Amino acid sequence: MKIIVCAKQVPDTNEVKIDPVKGTLIREGVPSILNPDDANALEAALTIKDSNPGSTVSVISMGPAQAMYMLRECLAMGADDAYLLSSRAFGGADTCATSTTLAAGVRKLGKFDLIIGGRQAIDGDTAQVGPQLAQRLGIPVVTYVQKIREIKDGTVVVERQLEDGFEVIEVKMPCMLTAVKELNTPRYMTIGRIEDAFKKTITVWNEDDVGLKPESCGLKASPTQVMRSFTPPPKGKGEMLTGTIPEMATALVKKLTEKHVL
Amino acid sequence: MVNVIAEKCKGCTKCVKACPFNAITMEGKLAVIGPSCTSCGACVDVCPFDAIEKTDDATHTVDISAYHDVWVFAEQRDGKLLGVAIELLGEGRKLANDIGCRLCAVLCGENVDHLIDELFAYGADKVYYANKPELKTYNTDAYTKTIYEAIKTYKPEIVLLGATHIGRDLGPCLAVKCGTGLTADCTKLDIDPTDKKLMQTRPAFGGNLMATIVCPRHRPQMATVRPGVMDKPQRDNSRKGEVIALNPVFKDGDIRTKVLEIVKSVTEHVSLTDADVIVSGGRGLGGPEGFELLRELAKKLGGVVGASRAAVDSGWIDHAYQVGQTGTTVKPKLYIACGISGAIQHLAGMQESGYIVAINKNENAPIFEIADYGIVGDLYKVIPAIMEELDKLESSVV
Amino acid sequence: MIFSEKHQLIRKLVRDFAEKEFTQELLDELEETGEFNWEIHRKMAAAGFMGTKIPREYGGQGSDYLSYAIMIEELARISPVLSIYANTSNSLGGGPLLFAGTEEQLKKYLIPAATGEKILVFALTEPGAGSDAGGVTTTAIPDGDYFVLNGRKTFISGAPMADYCIIFARTDLTQKGSRGISAFIVDMKLPGVSLGKDEDKMGIRGYPTCDVILEDVRVHKSDLLGELNRGFQNAMKTLDGGRLGVAAQSCGIGQACLDEAVKYAKERKQFGRRIADFQGISFMIADMAAELAAAKELTYNAAVLKDMNSKDAPVACSIAKYYASEMCNRLAYKAVQIHGGYGYIKDYRVERLYRDARIMTIYEGTSQVQQMVISASLLK
Repeated sequence: MKIIVCAKQVPDTNEVKIDPVKGTLIREGVPSILNPDDANALEAALTIKDSNPGSTVSVISMGPAQAMYMLRECLAMGADDAYLLSSRAFGGADTCATSTTLAAGVRKLGKFDLIIGGRQAIDGDTAQVGPQLAQRLGIPVVTYVQKIREIKDGTVVVERQLEDGFEVIEVKMPCMLTAVKELNTPRYMTIGRIEDAFKKTITVWNEDDVGLKPESCGLKASPTQVMRSFTPPPKGKGEMLTGTIPEMATALVKKLTEKHVL
Repeated sequence: MVNVIAEKCKGCTKCVKACPFNAITMEGKLAVIGPSCTSCGACVDVCPFDAIEKTDDATHTVDISAYHDVWVFAEQRDGKLLGVAIELLGEGRKLANDIGCRLCAVLCGENVDHLIDELFAYGADKVYYANKPELKTYNTDAYTKTIYEAIKTYKPEIVLLGATHIGRDLGPCLAVKCGTGLTADCTKLDIDPTDKKLMQTRPAFGGNLMATIVCPRHRPQMATVRPGVMDKPQRDNSRKGEVIALNPVFKDGDIRTKVLEIVKSVTEHVSLTDADVIVSGGRGLGGPEGFELLRELAKKLGGVVGASRAAVDSGWIDHAYQVGQTGTTVKPKLYIACGISGAIQHLAGMQESGYIVAINKNENAPIFEIADYGIVGDLYKVIPAIMEELDKLESSVV
Repeated sequence: MIFSEKHQLIRKLVRDFAEKEFTQELLDELEETGEFNWEIHRKMAAAGFMGTKIPREYGGQGSDYLSYAIMIEELARISPVLSIYANTSNSLGGGPLLFAGTEEQLKKYLIPAATGEKILVFALTEPGAGSDAGGVTTTAIPDGDYFVLNGRKTFISGAPMADYCIIFARTDLTQKGSRGISAFIVDMKLPGVSLGKDEDKMGIRGYPTCDVILEDVRVHKSDLLGELNRGFQNAMKTLDGGRLGVAAQSCGIGQACLDEAVKYAKERKQFGRRIADFQGISFMIADMAAELAAAKELTYNAAVLKDMNSKDAPVACSIAKYYASEMCNRLAYKAVQIHGGYGYIKDYRVERLYRDARIMTIYEGTSQVQQMVISASLLK
């Protein structure tokens, strides 16, 4: 099987902090990481490869040159090859433009059986690029995949997570799946595969290489635009209750009753 | 944008072969450009009849004036409307009033006619109703086709969907088909008073940053809206409206996924998003048994139990209870955080709560910074004391 | 040192692994029972940690000394004892084989050690031969195709679970000191090999240490490692790399001490202020940071010299080991001091770090031995 994994390098939003004085985002020192859901997607692909000898796993990403580091990590986890769509023209892309660019990259990779991506990236949390890519490629998509039950005779049977349970869905390949973290536990890199990852070449493509005009990518091809961004206003300072524990309990219940919360 | 001039097209299929994106298909003797088109122009060069033209960016914009009304996707499961669908009607009503247009609901299902009056009662002026066996349960391809065709025909200016596991699947597929943008997981919607455009505000960077997004040149303006954020409207059973039937036709191959089975979660149903009161526990509980005490308090308050990621990761409680960035976003009237230090990911999921009470041994815990009322102390002493007070309150009312 | 992306990724791998896999539960179990944990050993082996700098053809990962130092540092930052799990095969166990092993010996013994299937340990120290390693009295007397070994090795880390042990024994009884010593690979299942009882150690609990007793153990001549009577040189070369490992371990412990001290100084309030706001505390933290940074540079530099096969590498390893091990004890002292009374109870991590740090200036050559090596290189 030929499997393509979509991955993104993202800032580790768990490490993002708000400057308590200025109320601004502190981005300095925030490490860039492989998007967590994408690591689950890669693990799913590698697991399929493990049980289907002869399969290949290619990772594709759109991003700046620094994203090569994240792609090396994917190689060190076990991917066979990696491709980076990188160009100034791709900058400022919304999910719509991102999916156009990724679709062009995927087409250039040729025939495939399966594309797996993470459900969403932690910097944007949109969960849109996966299904949009599938639409552009004209292939069926199953999002929120929490389990891959079976791959047989050109079809995949998966569990799609819902808020209150899951659906069991059968889909013909080629198709796209998006992974949630419940799908698996991503494997570690190994020291040896890190060594190998730095001996491999990561292919970098710009808009020309994938046959896109600059105006079909990035900001120019993005229907949505950011009008403004701001840090959410912090809520007013609350009240620390004092006294003995029964006193505090009494005060709390009284205050909540006054405010009609109880 | 690339267009085929129907009069000139002879159906030679040269463009189909030339298209690097497989975006062109033949319908009879006419080439049709599909959604995968990237406007690369390869087909323009190859066409021997000058039947394909590429218009430049300036005219790329659609005729915005042709689009009217606010649409809401009336998501139903098992014949019941989801809470978020009702919330969207409440919010959609405000937007429709600000624009001066109608509020419409799109309902897909099989024999869910009983929901139509409910949609009217919650404020819909029109209901677009597709009643088909293929639509009984959600299916990406079937729902996308149905709603896309309706959008193409009736041209709404705004389409809102709940940011549920279904809405977040359907939304992106529709947006690509319609060639428009989509803003995910909005927590605030406004109409710009000057040009009547939709301003969509959403959290990014794990809730550390808010962004207001617009979609100026494409229609419809589409957004998914986070459940539990918008207010539900008053129900008015006297309201009536117009029903417009949608009649999608499904051909072989239109529906490419097959739902074999729907399994409801075996774990006890936690509806964190609908709860008015949440009593949440974190690492400070020290073990799974702490949740018993929290359940007791929650029961007294008519609420449910939640948990921080630390408690879930420790295996003390199921992931379904997790509140926060990677769990559920909640907005109860009252949120009681017990032994939760207040990591930023947790705060992101609950800081919109009406009132926040924090109980923690560590007076420096960040949770106190967002709490309305803070109690420093051992939760195993504080919670019983609060329950005692509540009992007193109850007896005084009686 | 500015690291290449490769070395950054190695650090990321090891850090992620240690932070996730070295759970509090596991660390407490190691501390309480003092027993070897096979499960974590196998997990570490699967990530390639047992053979970091062993060549591919011998079952290793084919990386370098700098990767090895980074790995040991990051493992020790979370658990000093578990860093030893990954150290043995890379250093004391695998080292002598790599320096002197025949192709056959490498295939037979190094491959399973590098993949973590077998445990291979190093036995030089004897009750009467500690810093004076040349005082070895264990003997190996030829008898046909065999050598017959007799003697007692002491403080042998990993001996209780070892499959093989590299034993240094005197083969030329006419020679004194470092001459006339040979190395043997001894299968621990051979008749005549027995173990003393596990030592009840102050720190690094969870990697058992005991004596190895040899009574008429017949070792086949094919298991003689390196040239006859030239074993001591082999031991010294191995200790060189071992010292780099201890330097890296010390840096990891130092980093942990600094992290804990910073965290606590920001949390703890006295006199209505964070204790971090008092210069008595903040200057201690500044000193800790500066010393740690210096120790790391010495360690990375020694690793790069090893990778370059530089003649300056042995002394650089000694300097790094000497400075870093003393540094981490100073840092552990200060970290406990900053914690005050809380630092003295086991609820806080610094209590364990303080005990774990103590061995750093002792094993694989005491600080005084390092001083001898360093000064001798200048004063010869």
